[in-house]
Order: sequence, then C-alpha cells, then structure tokens
Amino acid sequence: MKSVRETLPVKPALQLGVDHDLCPGCGEPLALRMLLEAIEELGCAQRAIGVVGIGCYTALSPLMDVDVIQALHGRAPSLATGAKRMRPDALLFTLQGDGDMVNEGLQEVLHTAARGERITCVLLNNGVFGETGGHMTATTVIGQRTKNSIEGRDAAYHGHPILIGDLLAQQAGTAYAARGSVHDAAGVARTKRLLRRAFETQLDGHGFSFVEILTMCPTGWFVGTAKGPGYLAEVLAPVHAMGELKRDGRYVSSAELRAARKT
Amino acid sequence: MTRTLMEGSEAIACAAIAAGCRFFAGYPMTPFTELLEQMARKLPAAGGVCINAESEIEAVGMTWGALATGARAATGGTGQGLALMQESFSEITRAELPLVVFNMARGQGDYFQATRGGGHGDYRHLVLAPCDAREAVALTQLAFDLADRWRNPVLVYGDYLLAHTAEAVEIAAESFPPLPPKEWAVDGSLGGSGRSRNLNPLGMQKGRKGIEPEPFWRRLQAKHDAMAEREPRWESDATPDAELVVVAFGTLARFARHVVRELRREGARVGLFRPITLWPFPSRALRDACAGARRVAVLEQNAGQMIDDVRLALEGRVPVIPIGGISSDSAGFGIGPLLDPDEVRTRIEGALAPHEVSR
Repeated sequence: MKSVRETLPVKPALQLGVDHDLCPGCGEPLALRMLLEAIEELGCAQRAIGVVGIGCYTALSPLMDVDVIQALHGRAPSLATGAKRMRPDALLFTLQGDGDMVNEGLQEVLHTAARGERITCVLLNNGVFGETGGHMTATTVIGQRTKNSIEGRDAAYHGHPILIGDLLAQQAGTAYAARGSVHDAAGVARTKRLLRRAFETQLDGHGFSFVEILTMCPTGWFVGTAKGPGYLAEVLAPVHAMGELKRDGRYVSSAELRAARKT
Repeated sequence: MTRTLMEGSEAIACAAIAAGCRFFAGYPMTPFTELLEQMARKLPAAGGVCINAESEIEAVGMTWGALATGARAATGGTGQGLALMQESFSEITRAELPLVVFNMARGQGDYFQATRGGGHGDYRHLVLAPCDAREAVALTQLAFDLADRWRNPVLVYGDYLLAHTAEAVEIAAESFPPLPPKEWAVDGSLGGSGRSRNLNPLGMQKGRKGIEPEPFWRRLQAKHDAMAEREPRWESDATPDAELVVVAFGTLARFARHVVRELRREGARVGLFRPITLWPFPSRALRDACAGARRVAVLEQNAGQMIDDVRLALEGRVPVIPIGGISSDSAGFGIGPLLDPDEVRTRIEGALAPHEVSR
C-alpha cells in the first residue's frame, strides 16, 4: 500500500524539490507553490522568467524550475522591465517581499505600474523584515510589535503603513491589482486564481498587473508556529484588506473592501 | 568610406547601434543628456528600445534585465549618476553580465570612481578612455565586444568635450572574432526541464540549497586577473631619448599630444604616454616607456588620481610630478582653463625646466 506522500502530488511540476531552509509556519513556500501552479496551468512553463528580490524567499529560487534573474533589494521591477522589453513574448514576473518592494523599491514598482509595463509583480507581504529577524517595514500595521517597534508601531513616532495595493491600483498603467493570502485553504485557492488573472492580464497585453499575498511569519511576529494564520487574520488582514483592487479599469479601495467585508 | 560630421554623443550612439546595442536606459544630466537623446531618437528605428528611467538606479536595473535576456544593452550618465549605480555595478559584475556603461563625465575627477568603483566587494571593470570622437567610435564597439568576451562590465570614460565636439567620423560595424553563443541568457525556454537558469550574483544554483561564496568569488578573481594580464591598451609616443614623459588620458591627452609634438619639433626631449585602458592600467608598458626618463609628469584634470597608478607602475624608479590640477568652468562641467594648448605647454615646459624640483 502506498503512503500518502507517494500518492499525492506534493509539489508542482515546476518545483525542483520540497526541501527548503525557511522557518516552520512560513507562508512563503505556499505562495511559491501557487505561483508555480498558476504558471503551469496557463501553459507558460516554457516562457516564464522570474525576477527575484532579496528576502527569505530568495532562498526558494533554487527550487523554481523556471528561468530566474536574481535582483538587488527593491530593483526587481526594473530588471523585469528590461527583460520584458527585449522578450515581449515571455511571461515576466517579480517575486518580492514588503521590505523589498514597499521600503527600498517603492519608487520603481510605482513607476513600473505607471508605465503600464506588461509584467506581473508579486508581493509576499508579512509586514516584517523576516530575514533580519522581525523588523518593521513600510507595511507593518499600527500596533504591530517588531524588533524596532518593540511596544508596537506607533503612528505618531513610526508613521503609518503604506497600502501598496491601493497606490499601484490607482496608476493608469495598472490593469489588474489584487490582494490574497495563504492563511487558510480558501485563501490559498483564491490566491492562485488571483495570480492566474494577473498573468492572463499580462498575456493579453493589457498593462501592469500586481498580486499581493499576505503570508505568515510566526518567527518575525514572535508567535507560535500554529498561531501564524490566526495572527495574519486578526492583525494584518483588517488593514491590508483582501480582494480585487483593480479589474476591468475599476479601482476598489482597501477601505471599500474592508467595508464590504463588514456588511 | 563615408565620413560624417557629428558631435561625439551622436557618434557614440551610432557606434553603439552599429555594434548591436538594442537597449538603452538613462536619466538626463549634462553632459550625458545628448547621448540619451541620440539613443532615444535612433534606437527605435533600429528595432531597439530606449527608456527614460525614473533615476539612474532604475536605468541600470532595466539594462541589467535586458542584458540577462542576451541583448546587447548599455546605460550611462555622468559620474554623479554613476555614483547611484554602483551597487548594481558590483552585482552585475558578479552575475557576469556584459554591461556597457558610458560616463560622460564632468572632467576627469571620476578616475577613481571608474577604476576603483564605489561598489561593494571585489570587482573590476574594464575602462576605456577615448581621446576623440574617432577613437570613441572604435572603443564603443570594442566595449561591446570585450563585455561579451569576458562577460564583464566595460566602462567608456568620456567628457563634455568629447560629447560636444563635432568631428568627422566614419560609422561602420567593425568585425571581431566570433563569440560563443549566450547559452546563459534567460528566455524561459528551459522551464520545467530541470535545467532552467539562474542568473545569480550570489553563486546560487538551481536545485542546490544555500550559497558558496568563496569558490564563486575566487573564480571571478581569476577572471579579473586574466583581464588585467591581457587587456591593457595604450598609445606611447615616448622616444628612447625622452628625458621627460608626460602621462595623460582622455581628451586632455589630445592637448598633451599636440604640445609634446610641437616641443619635440623644437628640440625638446619629451615624450607622451597615454593609457587607453584606465583599468587595467598599462603599468608594464609605462615602465618600458619611461626606462630612460629623468622625470615623469602626470597631466590630469583633477586633484591627482591617475598619478597613484603611475607611481605604482614606476615603483619609485623615476620621480613623478603632477602638472595638472582641478580646472573647471563656472558651471562645474569640466571645461576649465587647463583645456588649452598654451596652458598645457606652460605646464609641460615647467616640468622640462632643470630647476624644477620633483614633488
């Protein structure tokens, strides 16, 4: 009799293994799996080029069986721009964290969106610099404890979080923007649908597309492994509200998504 | 042979396109602006793309992405703009991508930046310093060839004078020995095969966890050592009887060459040595050229930068004196009073004078 591990597809075809160095309870391997499955399902395995930023997820790039360009912290959208302009038929995506995209790389992702660059930027947002051990980023929510906002993020002292999805969705060059999560099974399945729509937007030549994925970081949140999904739902998700922020030319703000969830 | 009168900026743009450059990104800043303008005007017609980036940081990033696909691509700026690009220069060198960079500098104060760089870690760039538009056309094409051959960035050091002086040049694609196919370039085609590529400055490899920086960096160092051995280029106009050898680079060397020839016609025992590659610095050739000299005078338009390399090359065998210096116009664009044959003559004559004490 076969064991469960032998009969279930434990990894997508575009993933070279399941062994990685990230922490227990990390949401990033789940997000990667959805990303690779979406590429595969769209039949784009032989035309995908990924540009990977710098963060914990950088350690996942050796598992990705698609062509990869390793970028500097924050610089992935520019590299993807240059690559896409030279290879318009390729499916170009970036894989970036919130520190990478929203702190150091804010200017470039914003200009890339405004230019309507036909690429898909994927943000893994856990609200902390996970790789450095849990420090505040531009998406850390008010009240969130990090190693450099030890009593919780204080708006008067540390400033406010940036809702990057809203910022990008409002650019005329952005054709699609959405925010999902991997904290529960429904969220994981929805995230793959969002990624597929973003990639389809790119393949149809409609402009810039963006998918933000809220991911668990129990290590950087200083909670137990099993408490990660709950923390994401209770702390991050109420601010970085999930849903489609832009589709078919219509922008729906995070505030509107939040209000819709309450009613 | 068709020669056309054009400014250096246009000549460089034409030469880059003739060499197969199909992607360019930059951010306007005097005196680099016209090169960007020319690329924006000419590249689309050649089937290429030129992007006016949001800053020099993004310009070099876009070029990095284009290079990764195997395209010939370039960026540029002034030294100020290149200062912003340094982090990427380091990483692109480690990712072994054939970047070509044009520094249309404000004078010669970027010698250290060009030859030492401001980026992190151990890395080297080939640096070519043309003295006029005709040579800029040749060296621009050479830059693309060398970048591909070594899979290493090449910097072309120009300035305001080069960018804005109109000269008669001939633009024709030069032929170079064949290059190996760019099998490393990403095109997506190997996805799912288990052999997909990872253009990685950290030494990461597909299917392998972690990084092994030391062997990776040692291999790069060996490549840079080979470049240092094989790529020095220079012009030597130092006759064996020359008592004084003047060392100068770039457009200022053109003034020096003119004055040295003039003085020699008048009987002075003076010669000229012009490094064409600033890195690798042609140290051995300089030692040979100065074998019979009593003094070496370094003419450079800065507070004294190349003079370090001259002294390192000569290892104390010959006294080395600076005869250049900071020289600027009122806007800081590097068009100073030193760029004048009479002024250069005065400085070289001073170095020839027997009472001159070496500093």
